[in-house]
Amino acid sequence: MKKLLGLLTALLIFTVAGAQTELSMWYHGAGNAAERDTLLMIIEDFNNSQSDWVINLEEFPQESYNESIVAAALSGNLPDIIDVDGPVMPNWAWSGYMQPLNLSEGALDDFLPGAVGVWNGEVYSVGLWDAAIAMFARRSVLEANGIRIPTLEQPWTLEEFDAALETLQASGEFEFAFDPGMAWTGEWYPYAFSPFLQSFGGDMIDRSTFLTAEGALNGEEALAFGNWWQSLFERDLAPGTSQDGADRETGFIDGKYALQWNGNWAALAALDAYGDDLLFLPAPDFGNGPIIGAASWQFGVAASSENPEGANAFIEFAIQDEYLAAFSQATGLIPATQSAAAITPNYAAGGPLEVFFELSNEQSLIRPPTPGYVVMALVFEKALADIANGADVQDTLDAAVDEINADIENNNGYGF
Amino acid sequence: MQAKNVRGRNYRLGIYARYATLILIGLIFIFPIVFMIVSSFKPDLQLLRDTSSLRAFLPVGDISVDNYIEAFERAPIGRFIFNSVFITAVSVGLGLFLNSLAGFSFAVLEWPGKTIVLAVIIATLIIPFETIAIPLLLIVNFLPWFGLEGFTQGWLDSYQVQIIPFIADALSVFLFTQFFRDLPKEIIEAARIDGASWWQIYQRVLVPISGPVFATAAILKFLAMYNQFLWPLMVAQSEEFRPVMVGLQYFFQLNVAWGEIMAYLTIITVPVLIFYLALQRAFIESIASSGVKG
Amino acid sequence: MFDARTKATLSSAPKTSRGNRKNKEAFAGWLMAAPAIILLLTFLIVPFIFAFGLSLTNQRLISPNPTEYVGLRNYKRLLNVRFFTLKPLVDAEGNPVLDEEGQISYPRLRNFTRNNPDYPQLNGLREFKSWQVGKNRLVLLASDAVFFRALLNTIIFVIVVAPLQAGFALLLALLVNQRLRGVNVFRMIYFMPVVISMVVVSMLWRFIYDGNDGLLNSLLSAVSFGAFQPVDWLGSPQTALGSIIAMSVWQGVGFHMVIWLSGLQTIPFVLYEAASIAGANGWQKLRYVTWPGLRNTAVLILIVITMQSFSLYTQVQVMTRGGPLDSTQAIVFQAVQRGFEKQDIAGGSAISVLLFLIVLFISIMQSYLTREKR
Repeated sequence: MKKLLGLLTALLIFTVAGAQTELSMWYHGAGNAAERDTLLMIIEDFNNSQSDWVINLEEFPQESYNESIVAAALSGNLPDIIDVDGPVMPNWAWSGYMQPLNLSEGALDDFLPGAVGVWNGEVYSVGLWDAAIAMFARRSVLEANGIRIPTLEQPWTLEEFDAALETLQASGEFEFAFDPGMAWTGEWYPYAFSPFLQSFGGDMIDRSTFLTAEGALNGEEALAFGNWWQSLFERDLAPGTSQDGADRETGFIDGKYALQWNGNWAALAALDAYGDDLLFLPAPDFGNGPIIGAASWQFGVAASSENPEGANAFIEFAIQDEYLAAFSQATGLIPATQSAAAITPNYAAGGPLEVFFELSNEQSLIRPPTPGYVVMALVFEKALADIANGADVQDTLDAAVDEINADIENNNGYGF
Repeated sequence: MQAKNVRGRNYRLGIYARYATLILIGLIFIFPIVFMIVSSFKPDLQLLRDTSSLRAFLPVGDISVDNYIEAFERAPIGRFIFNSVFITAVSVGLGLFLNSLAGFSFAVLEWPGKTIVLAVIIATLIIPFETIAIPLLLIVNFLPWFGLEGFTQGWLDSYQVQIIPFIADALSVFLFTQFFRDLPKEIIEAARIDGASWWQIYQRVLVPISGPVFATAAILKFLAMYNQFLWPLMVAQSEEFRPVMVGLQYFFQLNVAWGEIMAYLTIITVPVLIFYLALQRAFIESIASSGVKG
Repeated sequence: MFDARTKATLSSAPKTSRGNRKNKEAFAGWLMAAPAIILLLTFLIVPFIFAFGLSLTNQRLISPNPTEYVGLRNYKRLLNVRFFTLKPLVDAEGNPVLDEEGQISYPRLRNFTRNNPDYPQLNGLREFKSWQVGKNRLVLLASDAVFFRALLNTIIFVIVVAPLQAGFALLLALLVNQRLRGVNVFRMIYFMPVVISMVVVSMLWRFIYDGNDGLLNSLLSAVSFGAFQPVDWLGSPQTALGSIIAMSVWQGVGFHMVIWLSGLQTIPFVLYEAASIAGANGWQKLRYVTWPGLRNTAVLILIVITMQSFSLYTQVQVMTRGGPLDSTQAIVFQAVQRGFEKQDIAGGSAISVLLFLIVLFISIMQSYLTREKR
């Protein structure tokens, strides 16, 4: 009898243990305690909510996260759940690192467009939040200089914006009228500046085919953008590529710059400095409507995962409103749904950052969803830096087009 | 008598001039360290504002150890330092032995093919690690390992993957070879006649008089290993194996934590300085010994 | 295990015949060098051969497409150059058209290099350099102008840095090799920049070089009582490479000081004593005792500096990313950017192989030249 009982217990333990499958998850937020705590809370809730899966979290520093993933993929060590930067997702999906999500019908209906990663007609990733960029400005400065405060319905036009910059620069109160953020090399350039190009009517690639940049990046509209971009630096309206990180971070708060093109993650520090005087303005309309970039970090499932059901179950669990709100609370980023925004103090009606939800919802355009984006982004960054430093605009854009097209050709069209 | 007096005064003037030169040059080299240490006690905004003036070098304003406390909260710094020191110590130790042995062989012994092999080794000095990183990754992922769990394949996520590929290095081999070439041939010949084996010559004749060379090789290798970045990034998938330079990345968030970075840098520089100071003794002692040697 | 075997084989060496002895020596030589050689072979040379193989394919870092052998295509894309003569624009009478400043105007190069069926050989080429020849403009076109710029910059970097760094390092080594109280402190201070990694040093110097209110500008302006006009050190194509060179020399000089120092330590003290007795002054001691004793150290340092300078990367990556206007492009930076960031591992490997060949050639030249003097 005793023996039998022992056997039964052993069997029971065995089945319970056997049923709990471990899933690994990688996240880019190492060193960010707020993000870690929130994510761990979600994971703990998930682990306790069911008895099939247990999630193990491993964190990586963001700066080098992509290299870590590529190394893991090459050596066959990818985790079950990966976290991926929105514009990079098509590259990994195309390379066979990721598999499409399998969430229940309608799970993503209310999501901000930038928070859902689609490639080849299928959803591969979903973000708990998005980021948005705004023109940071001070009401008192604009009013003192007689500059109209723009709205989403009526943003600044090119002429208006340009004139405002000239006025602000001429006021002599500022080192530079406008800080686009040239110190932040890397992804900031395409994320923050390609919307200007798109608003002019150009783009990094022809989105009708995704096979060539000819015409999009070196056509008339792109040329107009390039000339205007170059003139910002020629007229000394903006600090150039040699701007140091310190000036980027403190310049607006210290009053060196009148306007700053910056993300909502920097909003709280600016609010501390200027309070009610601070304005988050929409992007100028350069002819094709005001546009800002979209898509931030998102969750997806590795193609090599042996337990995609578990991975999908976790992702579906994590995108509940309460967790979107918790993440937003911890990081200051925009919750991915309206209903989640409503339950955060920052983004609820009347909250200090509410405006960002609208800015994101109304103006956002994702960066070209193609596996070639990774290369395109670097080419674009170099072109914009060169133009800012006085390179011939047409030649620079032509060279960028050639490089992008050569890359597309080398990759057999990236599946298009 | 007057001449003697003048010489004495000149001598003292000479001493002062030497110190003045040493100090002036010292200022050029020390200022970033001062900046780093001073900044580690300042809050971010003040730190960045101060970069535009001499205040950058002065502990003025809002001084506190908050950055240190926060840095320790942000990242498992102790773990990172342990990992780096362990990885570095083992590779320096094994590296000194194997590379000096090879250097001895290249410099002193005659064997066919030596010149070509040495030329190839020197040429490999130029191979940028970044180029071979991916092939190397595939190789170590394929290699077997015998550990506590028995035979396993693939070295990823371990200490050995961060140590073994770097034990032998072309710079050290070259360094030892060049220095051993300077050794008086007579000493070696004498030892040979006494019937000493090559191993005994290496161990009993060469090693004792080569303190400065070993110290130099140790310092250079220590620096290279301690500053490893790209490789651990690729192979250390779990936090428990990550070294200090990967740890530095923990501080580059959307809003870069400059003050904590300075604190972190100050902390991780300490082991290097301790190591360097310890090896200084090797230099001093060998000055004495080289006096005896000749 | 290794020691015991060596010992066993070698202890009987002197008693045997001459040829046998030679064989034993060769065997011992191989045995002692073997561990290092095997490790270098496995973890450096084999991966590099692997990389060379990659450079002959179209391999991408990540891609679902199959790998194909493409021969020397990657190298041709890097090295393809072509001269082209640009004739002035002419008006109806055949006279050159002048622009507002009275300069001769030329048609835009893109008319020839972009989708022009009459000039298929020029398609996709870019201007690397151009010269005025009479009324015409002679243009050197390259398929990869950025690579040539990187090559040129790297060579300039090496030529400037190698002698400067070696020279300053020797001066410092002589300074701290004096018998002075507290000289150890200075040995440590001069070594400080080496201790902090290049990534960090580069970050700090970005602050120092800032064009508006950087420390260097503030300092120069203070020293010159305000006469000095601020320079945008890293932002101007004229000064960016120079700024990186200055910082690199400063950072690396301590490293080579240590090598010089250990070279100085190996010079027997009695030689100096003998020289003193013979009445030699400080300069003569330096010239006839110290310098000859440093020959091997000098060879070592020269080669090491050359190699290190050729691998210029971190400074560029952190400080300028190759800009402004490609004035700080560097070969390794290009190799890494293509191989990793742009996922073109085949193209990146091709650059590395070219670099390897260049440096191999230089190091053979260097060892040939230094050997002759012996």
